[in-house]
Amino acid sequence: MRQALLIFNKEFKDYFVSPIAYIVIAIFLAFAGWLFFSTFFLYDQAELRRFFDMLPFLLALLVPIITMRLFAEELNVGSYELLLTLPVTSRDIIVGKFLAAVAFVAALLLPTLLYAVCIGWIGDLDWGVVIGGYIGALLLGAAYAAIGLFTSALTRNQIIACIAAIVICVALAIVDQMLFFFPPLVLDVVTHLSANAHFGNIAKGIVDSRDLLYFLSIAFLGLYATHLAMEDR
Amino acid sequence: MIHVEGLTKYYGDICAVDHIDLDIRRGEIVGLLGPNGAGKTTTLRMLTGYFTPSAGQITIKDVAMDDNPLAIKHLIGYLPESAPLYQSMLVYDYLDHVARIRGLKGDERPKRLQELADLCGLRGIMHKPIATLSKGLKQRVGLAHAMMSDPEILILDEPTSGLDPNQIVEIREIIRHIGTEKTVILSTHILSEAEATCGRIVIINKGRIIVDGTTQALTAGREQAGRIHIGLMGTDAQNARPLLGGVTGVREVDAAGESDGIARLTVTCQPGTDARADLYAAIKSTDWILVEMTRETKTLETLFGELTREF
Repeated sequence: MRQALLIFNKEFKDYFVSPIAYIVIAIFLAFAGWLFFSTFFLYDQAELRRFFDMLPFLLALLVPIITMRLFAEELNVGSYELLLTLPVTSRDIIVGKFLAAVAFVAALLLPTLLYAVCIGWIGDLDWGVVIGGYIGALLLGAAYAAIGLFTSALTRNQIIACIAAIVICVALAIVDQMLFFFPPLVLDVVTHLSANAHFGNIAKGIVDSRDLLYFLSIAFLGLYATHLAMEDR
Repeated sequence: MIHVEGLTKYYGDICAVDHIDLDIRRGEIVGLLGPNGAGKTTTLRMLTGYFTPSAGQITIKDVAMDDNPLAIKHLIGYLPESAPLYQSMLVYDYLDHVARIRGLKGDERPKRLQELADLCGLRGIMHKPIATLSKGLKQRVGLAHAMMSDPEILILDEPTSGLDPNQIVEIREIIRHIGTEKTVILSTHILSEAEATCGRIVIINKGRIIVDGTTQALTAGREQAGRIHIGLMGTDAQNARPLLGGVTGVREVDAAGESDGIARLTVTCQPGTDARADLYAAIKSTDWILVEMTRETKTLETLFGELTREF
């Protein structure tokens, strides 16, 4: 575990050494702020629901940009060889990198707490829903990060890793709006696969163990697939 | 110290390493030699635990690789070919990161980094990003990485490839220095390098060991070629032949041509004899001027060529 923390530390710092962190955060805040506040006053409700509603799609586009380099870069440069011959296990490496990506998602969401503070100041905000929403957002970010980590472990090319992860994450995010493409028989299954539906519940303030289980199992599956992909090398 | 038995690695259908057996004792500097694609890097990667062998056993200090790879990783310092380091980090940050992973605590870390900076000549570059370093400097940072925890075994994959001659001498100096107390395994395709640094040479070709012996044993036989090249002024080759042919121990004298007034001859001696002193005495008794006399040695290069072409 100590080793995983050391790797987490290095990876998390690495984000802020390169400009990519600042670019991703800037894009996220600009889009989230604009999309949210452009309609906020029209609805005239002191709630963050509309902000949370767009997170599944927005994070599906941004989290893969954060995770794409985690393995692909190491495989491309060859530094993975050095890393793995240090006294660490591949599990330490995967957990460390995953936690770094999740921490980055947290850093991404942190400034948006200001929205909540502002809204709570001018209106009557239900903080329980907000806290639930942020927990859900972190879980969502973790699930996406695990998917991104997996695609990053498959290739040496960061662009391919990023696009593959975006495809999977966006598919999970919007699948519940594409239900008319599916035969009635599998509708139920497809609805349950949707990140949007599960996240929507949490964002409404309903913390259901099924939704938690959904995100945790996606994250676990992603990490396990990453493990298999790295073992295979 | 290191015991390898039946080590085999397949990439799909291609057999990169084919049943290698190897025993390496503490304090040896072993040179792993072979042409490109012989299986050197694959062998080293299996020794470091980076690759899992398709078959065979690696035991280091009585610990089997399969049982406890982590314990073995603690014993080994490894420098892969061309030192693939994290490009965006500063040298100091990188080495500090490695030191932490290696389990160096508190005060030990800066102290060890200082020692390594001195040993590997990194003093001036500790605060530069790795991406901006030249190849030779990166190699030295890689060496510092490998030696971080003062490991008992050091594995270096082509440590001098791509370096300029001065850097090569420096790196060899460092390796020889380390080799006095540690076990070092290095791979190279430059024979003179193996000869200069290693006490023992293992030549592999197409995944198999074809020669395993001390450097001395490998190079000892080579002087028996017994050919001496002589360059003379003041005479021509035809005149010189009868005189040199009459010297004891000489079997044959061939004219090897003439240029710039120097007659060149090749003298073949009887096996096991060295006729240089007698040849000199014979030439001294004439008024010819001896401008050249070299004994041809069967170099490791020729030995290597013979061995690796056979198959």
